[in-house]
Amino acid sequence: MSSFIDQFWPSTIDGLSLGAIYALIALGYTMVYGVLRLINFAHSEIFMIGTVAALAVLIGIDTQLLGGFTLIGMLLLLAVVAGVFSGGSAVALEYVAYRPLRRHGASRLAALISAIGASIFLQQLFARVIIPEYFNLPEEKGALPIQHQFVERFNVVAIGDFVVSNDKFVIIVGGIAMMVVLDLIVNRTRLGRGIRATAQDPETAVLMGVNIDRIVTATFLIGGVMAGVAAALYMMRFEELSIKAFTAAVLGGIGNLRGALLGGFVLGLLEFYGSSIFGSEWRDVVAFSILVLVLMFRPTGILGESLQQARA
Amino acid sequence: MNTNDTKTAGTKTVGGKTTTAQDMLGAAAARARRRAERAPKALRLVTYLLVLPFETLGGVGERFRDWWGGLPGYGRWTAYVLLILGAIALPSPRIASFMSPYTDWPTLLFFPIGGYILLALGLNVVVGMAGLLDLGYVAFFAIGAYTMAVLATKYGWGFWEILPVGIVITALSGLILGAPTLRLRGDYLAIVTLGFGEIIRQTARNTDYIGGPNGIGGIPHPPTLTEWEIPDAEPFTSFGLAGVSPFQYGALDGRPYYYLMLLAIVLTIIFVKRLENSRVGRAWAAIREDEDAAELMGVPTFRYKLASFAIGAAIGGLAGVIYAGQAVSIVPALFTFIVSATILAAVVLGGSGNIPGVMLGAFLVAWIPERVRGLQDYRILMFGGVLVLLMAFRPEGLLPSRRRKAELAEGTGGMGSLGAEVGGPGTQAAAEVNK
Repeated sequence: MSSFIDQFWPSTIDGLSLGAIYALIALGYTMVYGVLRLINFAHSEIFMIGTVAALAVLIGIDTQLLGGFTLIGMLLLLAVVAGVFSGGSAVALEYVAYRPLRRHGASRLAALISAIGASIFLQQLFARVIIPEYFNLPEEKGALPIQHQFVERFNVVAIGDFVVSNDKFVIIVGGIAMMVVLDLIVNRTRLGRGIRATAQDPETAVLMGVNIDRIVTATFLIGGVMAGVAAALYMMRFEELSIKAFTAAVLGGIGNLRGALLGGFVLGLLEFYGSSIFGSEWRDVVAFSILVLVLMFRPTGILGESLQQARA
Repeated sequence: MNTNDTKTAGTKTVGGKTTTAQDMLGAAAARARRRAERAPKALRLVTYLLVLPFETLGGVGERFRDWWGGLPGYGRWTAYVLLILGAIALPSPRIASFMSPYTDWPTLLFFPIGGYILLALGLNVVVGMAGLLDLGYVAFFAIGAYTMAVLATKYGWGFWEILPVGIVITALSGLILGAPTLRLRGDYLAIVTLGFGEIIRQTARNTDYIGGPNGIGGIPHPPTLTEWEIPDAEPFTSFGLAGVSPFQYGALDGRPYYYLMLLAIVLTIIFVKRLENSRVGRAWAAIREDEDAAELMGVPTFRYKLASFAIGAAIGGLAGVIYAGQAVSIVPALFTFIVSATILAAVVLGGSGNIPGVMLGAFLVAWIPERVRGLQDYRILMFGGVLVLLMAFRPEGLLPSRRRKAELAEGTGGMGSLGAEVGGPGTQAAAEVNK
């Protein structure tokens, strides 16, 4: 317990920066779920594709430690590249793995199996083929043991224990900025109105002239781009990160954008608090146990479900 | 909508009309053509060719079921006996070189094939019959295996004493997981069960008492019941089974374990089949199709859902105890999410809710990756790809459940209560729009 108090501020900052990444990934899960009622199990692989793309850029450019505007420029470049790869693969995934099932009006369980299949396929494709070929690495279980540190670290804020280094600061701020952008897209644009309408009632949305295929493609694209940005931010830290972003989406209330945001931060914080109390090997156990507890009292997550209710 | 196809197929066969082989192929081709018409133009021919074999298989399955339905009682019993005799002859070395060129065939038959079949039968109770999506089923397999390992190595119990205890413990763990979580619906339940699977594995990995990440080694084999050998006489000699001691559980011969697993599978099938046709089975079907309606009709849904969880868990535990009895050592890394996903894939692939279908699915997901072991690195990759393709071309599974098929044809949007709170329209509308 004492380590919890000692570690309180570092844990909070670490938790928030991890939480921002969880939240960005959770947004992809939650948007797809809101529109299609489908757990997109392959979304973590979409994030992985973003990290691999960003890493390829980093290795290709082979930079020294960066600071100031060059760092920001580099981050933007990484975010664009990772966003393009992640977004593109998310759309491709929808075309190959989900669209045929939607056309067939298949059961949701079939779609879930297709998602799990796609997840296994992409994971293995990268672990066995692309990463060993491209990075000349011995085949390992999808692990990239490359440490490519490109951020010149300094502390933005340092008041006693409350220390925020620049990378964590950028992750938290960048994450929140992306979420604000997404919130504006969903709540203020025509496309966003289409997404909300489809999430609310697909049949009526069609009758009102919404092109569902376009909406679904856009949803996957946005989710993929978010995962790509998360991947670019993630590149700055290279910490072991187990992807339980779906848990974050459920925790906040799946299908609900703000829920994903809240769930991401809560999950990130809980993991770090949990590890400072019980030791880091119990991190996942703590996270999942909290999830079960929360769902027992709030069966549809902290903020409740449904995309259409996430209004401004 | 696809429901049309299934409906026509359904009524034709349910009416008991016997169709000729030619009609059957024609009907399969027509269904395949209808499916292909829904695909984008460029892919139509490919779709047609890919769908046709599945439709034909489905047609054969339907015809077989008609024939089966018309059989008198003694005919069915003969068939059951023949099937069991066939299963006993299965580890014959005569087919081993084809079935399993890379590993020992009887051992492969024991696990993964037999083990996956047993696990799939158990998961089918939860997913196929009661319609509850469980993504952490491997947890019960792990609890069964660890029960065997701990009681045998630390307390010196024998296999036969542990077997019932392990089943009871896993059933209890099913109740413990189910009691707080079964009020959740659809995908929330899925994610909580997934979390439970992870919690069990990580707890096992972090607990020193049960060996942490190194697991438990030196688990004893079941004691030998009798050293009786299969006599060297026909027909055993020609099947290559002469001289096997089916009740002597040693380190080398996989066949006694296979027979043990076979016994467990047969008993489980009888148990599950009886349940399916009982009041409990009907209650599950009602819950699966519409939980609210079932509750209104006076079905105590919570109690029956809990029962399905406990029974499914007990079957998983049975598989775990038997597995640990053969495996000598178990480690937490054996019980990852991928196992849950594979078993679930077996259930859905074979035809959720239909016992022969589920067994076929389990056999395929266990056997194919072993059969193509020559492709070593790429077999799991291919497994993922095949899952996607199969779901795209035959989402209802290879041998779909008939009762379920009739229910699907009613147009509730499939899988009913798996997402009870969302009902069908979501998926239906998308299908409608995309036609």
